Amino acid sequence: MNIAVGVDDVHEGELVNTSEAGPAPKRIVVSYGFWIFLLSDIVMFSALFAGYAALARATAGGPTGSQLFNQQTVAMETAFLLLSSYSCGLMSLAINSRGYFGTFLGAGVTFLLGAAFLSLELREFATMIAIGATPQRSAFLSAFFTLVGCHGLHVAVGLSWLVLMMIQLAMRGFSPVVERRLHCFSLFWHALDIIWVLIFTVVYLMGVVP
Amino acid sequence: MRYSSPVLLLVSAAALSGCSEGVLDPKGPVAAAERLILFDSLGIMLAIVIPTVLATLAVAYWFRASNRRAGYQPEFAYSGRLELLVWSIPLMTVLLVGSVAWIGAYDLDPPKPIPSSAKPVMVQVASLDWKWLFVYPEEGVASVNHLTIPVGTPVSFELTSSGVMNSFFVPQLAGQIYTMAGMVTHLNLQADHSGTYRGMSANFSGEGFADMHFNVDAVTPEAFAEWVASTRSSGPVLDAQAYAALVKPSKAVAPFTYRSIAPGLFAGILSAGLQPDDGLCVGYPKSMRAER
Amino acid sequence: MNLLGKLSWSAIPVHQPIIMGTVACIGVIILAALAWVTAKGSWLYLWREWLTSVDHKRIGVMYLVLAMLMLVRGFADGIMMRTQQAVAAGGAQGYLPPEHFDQIFSAHGTIMIFFVAMPLVIGLMNFAVPMQLGVRDVAFPTMNSISLWLTASGVLLTNVSLAIGEFAKTGWVAYPPLSELQFSPGVGVDYYLWSLQIAGVGTLLSGVNFVTTILKLRAPGMGYMRMPVFCWTALATNLLIVAAFPVLTALFAMLLLDRYLGFHFFTVNAGGNAMMYVNLFWIWGHPEVYILALPAFGIFSEVSATFSGKPLFGYRSMVGATMAICVLSYTVWLHHFFTMGASASVNAFFGITSMLIAVPTGVKIFNWLFTMYGGRVRFTVPVLWTVGFMVTFVFGGLTGVLLALPAVDWQVHNSVFLVAHFHHVIIPSVLFGCMAGYNYWFPKAFGFKLDERWGAASFWCWFIGFHLAFMPLYVVGLMGMTRRLQHYDVLSWQPWLLAAEAGAVVILAGIVCQIVQLVVSIRAREQLRDTTGDPWNGRTLEWSTSSPPPAWNFAMLPHVGEIDAFWAKKQRVHARQERSVQRREYEPIEVPKNSPTGFVTAFFAVLTGFALIWHIWWMAGVGLLGAAVTLLCFMFRVEDEVEIPAEQVALFDQSHPVEISL
Repeated sequence: MNIAVGVDDVHEGELVNTSEAGPAPKRIVVSYGFWIFLLSDIVMFSALFAGYAALARATAGGPTGSQLFNQQTVAMETAFLLLSSYSCGLMSLAINSRGYFGTFLGAGVTFLLGAAFLSLELREFATMIAIGATPQRSAFLSAFFTLVGCHGLHVAVGLSWLVLMMIQLAMRGFSPVVERRLHCFSLFWHALDIIWVLIFTVVYLMGVVP
Repeated sequence: MRYSSPVLLLVSAAALSGCSEGVLDPKGPVAAAERLILFDSLGIMLAIVIPTVLATLAVAYWFRASNRRAGYQPEFAYSGRLELLVWSIPLMTVLLVGSVAWIGAYDLDPPKPIPSSAKPVMVQVASLDWKWLFVYPEEGVASVNHLTIPVGTPVSFELTSSGVMNSFFVPQLAGQIYTMAGMVTHLNLQADHSGTYRGMSANFSGEGFADMHFNVDAVTPEAFAEWVASTRSSGPVLDAQAYAALVKPSKAVAPFTYRSIAPGLFAGILSAGLQPDDGLCVGYPKSMRAER
Repeated sequence: MNLLGKLSWSAIPVHQPIIMGTVACIGVIILAALAWVTAKGSWLYLWREWLTSVDHKRIGVMYLVLAMLMLVRGFADGIMMRTQQAVAAGGAQGYLPPEHFDQIFSAHGTIMIFFVAMPLVIGLMNFAVPMQLGVRDVAFPTMNSISLWLTASGVLLTNVSLAIGEFAKTGWVAYPPLSELQFSPGVGVDYYLWSLQIAGVGTLLSGVNFVTTILKLRAPGMGYMRMPVFCWTALATNLLIVAAFPVLTALFAMLLLDRYLGFHFFTVNAGGNAMMYVNLFWIWGHPEVYILALPAFGIFSEVSATFSGKPLFGYRSMVGATMAICVLSYTVWLHHFFTMGASASVNAFFGITSMLIAVPTGVKIFNWLFTMYGGRVRFTVPVLWTVGFMVTFVFGGLTGVLLALPAVDWQVHNSVFLVAHFHHVIIPSVLFGCMAGYNYWFPKAFGFKLDERWGAASFWCWFIGFHLAFMPLYVVGLMGMTRRLQHYDVLSWQPWLLAAEAGAVVILAGIVCQIVQLVVSIRAREQLRDTTGDPWNGRTLEWSTSSPPPAWNFAMLPHVGEIDAFWAKKQRVHARQERSVQRREYEPIEVPKNSPTGFVTAFFAVLTGFALIWHIWWMAGVGLLGAAVTLLCFMFRVEDEVEIPAEQVALFDQSHPVEISL
């Protein structure tokens, strides 16, 4: 998109309304677009939340949340994810100052913490399935596995994306494209954190209330 | 003219063949009240719509480019007064029709019992593939694809489904209500005139859907008592076995009756929708309708 | 493990002659098209200029081609239904067994909503919005191409179901428990779900793209209140897409999990809740109909202003009404299931909100009326469609208000009265609007106008045919006829259904007229040539370019000082206050590079979808891997733009002079 060429020069000293300033720079356009996409993703999660809320009591004689949820594991998962958001923030700072070491370090820590979160979650699922609390057992379990699993899938996609971004960073350096994409990644990662907080509250905390 | 064709057709529907069946020919208080609301709202809306359409055609015709007598006002793009009018006309209309909607929604709420000195008849309804089962718990009989009710007596329905969603609908007596597995819906109606009225399922439910219509016979209370008595004297028994046979998919089932019903049958149909899954559904994707 | 999953030769419906005949016809047409392209040696051209194009104008045209093709298929389904119902009275069973009839009405609704109406509005928005905003393309051009081709994937999968397997037999809404594996064990519902899931991703990406474009990419000086109303309606539409389509994605994912992995979201057993499907479906479904209607309203605004030679009446009001409809469309969804037994308070609330949404819609009708008032209305084909809409839609809206009354809805829900209502609103708004838009913007896209006489003929056939086809349905709905009946026993319904059949035939004539119009116009294109770029004396920026415009739309982005800046400029030029064409210094322009990403991703999407439908797991894996690799290639590509040298820009401008430009 050629935005610099052809725009009539703004008269010196004239303050222009953002809405009249012409096409926004690519950096802003990409971030804005990604935000809108994230909002749509949150809408999708809302639908899954609604489904979960409707089915939370539909245990069909099978295990309930309070019987299944291990609050310790959940606390650790939350800690890992929140800390990974912090390390992601540090990575963003390093990107701003074009520091390669800081970026790779921040990315590495984020990846490890995210992977730790995922492995705990997978272990939780495996334990539940082993005792017969499968998603095929009841509507409640279907909704649980889908909501939490969908978040986990997003985390997995995020981790893959992070690896690809580090490869691209190593190949291309801090080009404008790479910077924009890293910025989108951190938006994505923080959004996943917010969704986890909601899952933690609605599913795990509220799920053990009788 | 073409714009009035929908109006003419609606009116002629009332005047001609539509008069003798369906929504415009109610035979009970609920359906009659619903028809009144339909006519009132239609009248209110037509009072707005017809002048609007006439104005549209008039304006388009008069201001056609070849008409040099029409005044050209190329700057006429705003008028505060017109805006006020243009927002307030639809708003006031909606408030008026809205209050009709509000009152109707409460007055004619399906579970609301019909005030009457007569004792209501209870009927439990289950939609099956592809027929209707009507259970009279107090009379102890049941019928398939046919409903007999006493005139001038409220009938109170409890409805559920053995599987897919259907909709119990007798247009001349009341509005419709869905039937859903594992849930109970409620409907109240009353027939004020003797006669035979058409009932149907109003929600598509599969291959045999088109044949899910049935007749409702509204008869005098004496005739109703006679019907109950004769139904009790012959016909099969509706026990768990008979139900299992009935629930198997079948189409265009000729009406018949059961002379007695097993206790807790309706509750059983209802709770069949609540059984924990036993894994059969996953492994055998064939129709499970027989497995109840 | 079977290498081909559930797929076998028995999937081809050889015992159904109607289907086999249709498949044969479609096959012949496809082969003929392929042969023609080969004969003309145009494969390279097609690939370079169209299939890999990321130009919003080309993408818009391709959406419209897709939509028009599917209109024929969807209409064929419709007229088959009408014919069946015209004859299957009393004891007659008609010519379509339930097995087939049930697929036809399901396919008809699915195709018309998702593969005709959606591509029509998205295509027109694609074509016009960037030019109206005075910019060169949308925010994310390659993603735009992906959206188009994913939609085409959905189209392809749905049509493959004709030849291999079957389509859903549940209606276009696919309510469980009927759509669960227990009651629909075949592949039909899976075709439905995967086609729509794939196309839905494309639509969602379009939504993101256009919201970003409209809010962040406008010509300098074009503040919000200087945007054309079509761009406002496009904004509202795409906001709705972003807010509604993810719900459908989640919902279909739940049903797919039920069907594939034995989950229990909506099953009869183990606590499933089919009502939840209905709720979530309509939370998407009601905004969807406004997604379809709002761009059409925008087109009517443009057309009425342009051909009246006056600005649109009440611009601020129209913007307010558009955004009000956008918000209110989220508050009405329960009116689709008043009959499910919610409490009186709930029903009453949603009845009121459903009526409230008629207020901003009514405001728009009045504003279009006042736009014509005091104007000099030229009765071109787009104006015919517009006035036809105005006098028809209000009656459809009337029946909508009637349906918003719970007490009335309980009597006519799911009857053909309802069918008449929604056709009475969708056809005048979406179809008439898109036909107006098609005739209006055709010269801009192709450089010559469409023939007026055949255009008028197609309008009158549609107008008359529509009324003849659907007004009888109101009557017979009140007589107690429910929808989706393969046969019926009440003989008094038949005369009305025969009249409806006649209406469908008249609509067919309208469609034929549209095809003839196109052929005649192409043949006579020199006489119909648009030499100025402004065939209608237009008001908005797209008319300041040549017809067709260059890939970069504007050599220099226009500087906008007011609403309808192009019209204002023309007035100033005619009053001799300004020169008509600015002398300009040409600079090189960077345009986004064409990319096969969209087409290739879609290919793998089709492969994956087909594989999942037939349980061919290895093939699904290959498809997903292929899509992932394609996206990786896109992610790691080096060049994403091509520079057009200043000389080329200058050359184009000089060889395609326009009368007046900004």
